[in-house]
Parts: sequence; C-alpha cells; structure tokens
Amino acid sequence: MDHLLSPAAWGLAAVQALLYAALAPFVVGWVRKVKAWLQNRRGAPVLQPYRDLYKLLGKEARVAHTASSLFRAAPYVVFVATWLAAATVPLLAVNLPTTTVADIIVLVGLLALARFFLALAGMDVGTAFGGMGASREMLVSALAEPAMLMAVFTLAMTAHTTNLASMIDAQLAAGLVLRPSLLFALGALILVAIAETGRIPVDNPATHLELTMIHEATILEYSGRHLALMEWAAHIKLVLYGALIANVFVPWGIAQSLTPAAIGVGLAAIVLKLVVLGAALAVGETVLAKMRLFRVPAFLNLALLLALLGLLGHVILEVGG
Amino acid sequence: MSLSDLPLLQQLVLVLAALVLFTSFVLLEQARLVSAIHAFAWQGLLVAAVTSVVAAAAGAHHLYFSSLLTVALKALLIPWMLRRLVQRLDLERHTETLQRPALVIMAGVGLVIFSYWLVLPMVEQELSFTRNIVAISLAAVLIGLLMMVFRKQAVLQVIGFMSIENGLFLAAVSATGGMPLVVELGVAFDVLVAMVLFGVFFFQIRESIETLDVDRLNRLTESAEDVVADSAQRSAAGERQ
Repeated sequence: MDHLLSPAAWGLAAVQALLYAALAPFVVGWVRKVKAWLQNRRGAPVLQPYRDLYKLLGKEARVAHTASSLFRAAPYVVFVATWLAAATVPLLAVNLPTTTVADIIVLVGLLALARFFLALAGMDVGTAFGGMGASREMLVSALAEPAMLMAVFTLAMTAHTTNLASMIDAQLAAGLVLRPSLLFALGALILVAIAETGRIPVDNPATHLELTMIHEATILEYSGRHLALMEWAAHIKLVLYGALIANVFVPWGIAQSLTPAAIGVGLAAIVLKLVVLGAALAVGETVLAKMRLFRVPAFLNLALLLALLGLLGHVILEVGG
Repeated sequence: MSLSDLPLLQQLVLVLAALVLFTSFVLLEQARLVSAIHAFAWQGLLVAAVTSVVAAAAGAHHLYFSSLLTVALKALLIPWMLRRLVQRLDLERHTETLQRPALVIMAGVGLVIFSYWLVLPMVEQELSFTRNIVAISLAAVLIGLLMMVFRKQAVLQVIGFMSIENGLFLAAVSATGGMPLVVELGVAFDVLVAMVLFGVFFFQIRESIETLDVDRLNRLTESAEDVVADSAQRSAAGERQ
C-alpha cells in the first residue's frame, strides 16, 4: 500500500480526474453524432459540446430577482460533487489513492448530494417548471437508488468488498468466470444509469420547453457559466456511469501498475470502451421511444427486480453448498 | 466449492438457469398476451438449453433427446398453437396489467427465497453440480402458480400452467439427471393433449360468457337467474296480453 501514497500516484489520480472533465464533452458529442447518423442527419461535429461549454463560460450569468444565494452556489456544488464522485471511479489505473480512500457507497452519496442541490436549485426561483422538474427528479432518484444499492451489494458480495478498486482487482484475478449474479447486476446498473443520466426512455436530453422534461426543467433558469457548469456536470455523470459499467464488468485493459506503457494501454482501452458504450446508447435511444412518466416506476421496478435476482442468484447458485 | 472452480460449461448451466427464473418473472408481469407467449417460448428454449448443456457437461447423452423434445414441444409447437388460438379468438392486441405489479413481483421474490430455504437441506447433500438449480426450478413452479392466481385471463393462466411444467422438467434434470424416456414421452404427450383440451375450453368459455376473463365465471349463476327472471317476466307479460 505504501506506493499508493507516492506523489506519482497522486499525480496520476489528479490527471485521471482532469481526464474525466476533459473526456466528458467528447463522449456526449460522440453519442449525439451517432444518433444523428442513425437518423440520416450529418449532425454537429463531435467537438461541438466543447464549443458550447466555451461559449457559455464566456457569457454573463443572469440570475432571477427572486433567486437566493443557494441558486448561485448550486452549480458549483453540483459540479464539484459530481467531479469528486467521478474521481473515485477507476478510469485509467486501478490502485490510485482516490479510488482506495472512497468506496462505492461514497460514490452513491456524492451523486445524491449533487442531485439534492440540483432539486433545491430547481425549486429556488419558484417557477412552475423548476418545481415540477425537481419533484420528478426526486421521484426518479428515490426509485433508482434502491436498485443501484442492490446492484452494488451484489457486486460487493461477489468481490467481498465495497471498494471499487478491489472489486476490479478481484475480477481481473478471477479471469473469465460466468456469474449469473453479475449478469443481472449489469442489467440493473444499465437501467439505473439510463434513469440517472436522464436518457431515453426515461428523459429526453434534447428536449426543451416540453411538459415531459425532467433534467432540463430543473436547470431552465440557469444561464452563462452557471449553465455551463450544470451541463458539464451532466456530461461527467454520463462518463462516470459509462466508466463504472465498463471497468467493473469488463475490466480488461485497465492499468494495474503505474508504468507509462500500462497507462497508455489503459487510456486506449477506456476510450474504446466508452466509444462502444456511447454507440450502444445512441442505438438504444434511436430504437426506443420515451415512456410516459408514470411508466418510469415500472421501469425502475424492473431494475430493482434484476438487482434482487442478482443478489438471490449469488446466494442460491454461487454460494449454496 | 466456489463458482470459479467449476468448468466454464457448468458455469454456463447456472447462468442459463438464472435466465429461466428471469423469464418466469417476465411471464408474471407481461401485459401483452402475444409477448407473454413469446416469453413462454423463450423459457422453453432456455430450459432446453440448460438440458443440453447439462448433457454436454455431465456426459449424459440421453438428455440430448429430452432437450430436442423440449425445443420441439415447448419452444415451437405449444407457443405456435397458443398463437393460433389467440388469433382465432381475436385477442392479438389484448393486454392485461396486474393490479399491483410491484407487490406481485415482490411476492415472487419472496417465493424464490422460500424455495431456497425449502431445498437448503437437500443442497447440503453432495449431489452433482446441478444441485443449486433445484431451488430455481422450485421457484419457477411456485411463480407459475402465483401467475395462475393473479392472472384473470384464461390464456395467461394456461401459460402459467405450462411454465409450471417447465419448472418441473428443470427440477427433474437438475436433481436426478432427467426422467426415464417413457415418463418423459408420457408427460410430453400429456402436455400436448392438455393444450388441445384448453383450446377447446377457451372456445366453450367464450361462447358461454363472451370473454376469457375467468373472474366472470363467478357470475354465471347470477346471469342464469337473470335469464329465468327475464323469461318469467316475458311470460307474465304474454299472459296479460
């Protein structure tokens, strides 16, 4: 464990955290591009989200008269909490100090903190859309969180730890083992990720001023750098879930040592995994239609069922006897 | 003995068995009749896959025949017959949502836990590697029963009944390495005949109460009384004329 506390490891952890922020708009742009291709459009360039963020960061932030100081603080809290949460998920290498000090429960907690402030900010100005978006956001998260925690417990029981780095190490050490529990946990986590990142069929990220929006409704009053931070946080959250799914269930390629070659392979592997996952997300969003809000509980109930079956499958099939 | 010590083929058996359990839950909650029939076909296919992988992993060649029989009967013939029945009854767009889906699903999860607790003493015996599947197959049987309790539509109840048979077959494969061929053929024939009889019954039920909602069967006596009262009124009216 001593080498984990070396300056090089902390440096790499910082680089990894910066990489999350730098990579996030690219992944979002890639998903939008693939979606445009599938709809027979040319689409905006993959780098368009970077330009949007740059443009928004340069603009003046307008704040409503009725807004309290919480409204101004919320974008920073949301961004920092999401970014910190992302830093705990291994991206390039496994045994980094940031991933060993915080386990997956901390990750869920940080994301809940970000969501809490997002909902508060939505209600703060007092517009109808903001309050509606906040209440919907809380509905989705209240149903998604038990499913997420169940899936996490399934993983934790398999690896005998709640630490993500140790989980990935255990997966790599075991080699290719077909586990029914992990299959179900993967399904549950994918459904939770779709709900939490506000993608179709739960929420449409491209919609504006529509009665069906969830995430966009809470940030409707934001402008300028505040809006940029909120959008950037949403992008980071998408990459966070992508990296979580990719590196926990398909950990091959991630660097286990801190040599430059291993880290290079890790970078190539994670970019490839995220590109594949992003394309799959785009295909899913093209094939599926957005569901009614009142169907969302059934959707998340399925996620909870999958997670529970994973847990039971682990106990019945993998441990029994 | 942990899972990673097993050969890959035996791990595959466990994954397929877990998927059978998942299809049981899909059947339990599926609202569309046609989709439920498809899910039932998938369950039959998965049960057949478990059987053939067990045959390959344990070297029990007679199981290949049961697997073929299962594919032909439960994954192709019976779903096709159900599908044709649904077409002839004009129920292709029929949907039936459960009253409280979340509670029913949780009841199903409770049944899984119950069946695990039930077979625990059996699992502790050193059986073959398939012993863990016994709990899954018992759970599939119980969930089929639950489906017959909560579903009101006759076709869906029949699908529940057939999925009970799937669970029993899985139990036979996992606990004893398959039944003797004579028994297996007998059961297969039984199921087929049952299916034909159910088909006849569907038409009979529909002819008498004009729906396949089985709950309405309770009201048959009332409607008979209505008819009697109606005819009595009419005859009284005739006398007056």
